[in-house]
Amino acid sequence: MDQPAGYLHWGFILISWPNLILIGLMVVLFALALILPFPGHRSSIEEEKKV
Amino acid sequence: MSGNITDESTGSWTAAARRQIERRLPWENLLPDRQPFYVGSWVYVFGVVTIAALAWVVLSGVVLAAFGPQWWHLSNAGRFFNSMHFWSVQVFFVFMVLHLWGQYFMASWREGRAPTWMIGVVTFAISIVAAFTGYLSQQNFAAQYIAINAKDAVNSTGVGGFFNVLNFGQMYGLHVMLFPIVVILLVFLHIVQVRMRGVVPPIGHEQKPAVTLNLRK
Repeated sequence: MDQPAGYLHWGFILISWPNLILIGLMVVLFALALILPFPGHRSSIEEEKKV
Repeated sequence: MSGNITDESTGSWTAAARRQIERRLPWENLLPDRQPFYVGSWVYVFGVVTIAALAWVVLSGVVLAAFGPQWWHLSNAGRFFNSMHFWSVQVFFVFMVLHLWGQYFMASWREGRAPTWMIGVVTFAISIVAAFTGYLSQQNFAAQYIAINAKDAVNSTGVGGFFNVLNFGQMYGLHVMLFPIVVILLVFLHIVQVRMRGVVPPIGHEQKPAVTLNLRK
């Protein structure tokens, strides 16, 4: 932990692995938020339709 | 005083302010018990998680400020609160960026919501400076390393005269007093703006009669 992070150097792109992994996890989390159903969402839509 | 005098007839600024607040932000908008159906999505949770993280940032920061650098570096409890402050900041920024992505792709500045968007942008920018002063306030070698490396870049922007990264007292004062007040105030205004105009509908769901929108009257 107490050492400098490794870096990905690809052309003009230079980014540390921890930052790249974090950005990747954020993209995954964002995609999951779009895909995964929200708890109770279906019943609230049906309730709204009844009203 | 005559009973005929109503709020409308009084010219005082307090009555005018009260009428404005009642008109723009009625209680049913401020504390709603129902939300439109499209709010049932995880994307709408990112903003709330950011607020929760900010609460942890402030609470852990208050404890750190109360006990001081020796405590947060040398005692187990201090290191725990130091870590909690650091990691809650990471959660704050991660979810603020996810919230930004979600609102950007939803074009959340639609239908009179530009002030909400702009307050969010300013909050993001000021949060970055607040975090920067936090890194400078750690009272360790990392803080000194960051300060030495940042000074020329900061001075080149022209703000060095009143924002000296080598001045610990100034950076610490800004970090524990000015920036928390500004960030909390902006987040408060951001939430009030959201409540005034309602949560932004997804593109294509604007102004549908079946949907209860708490839009500005």
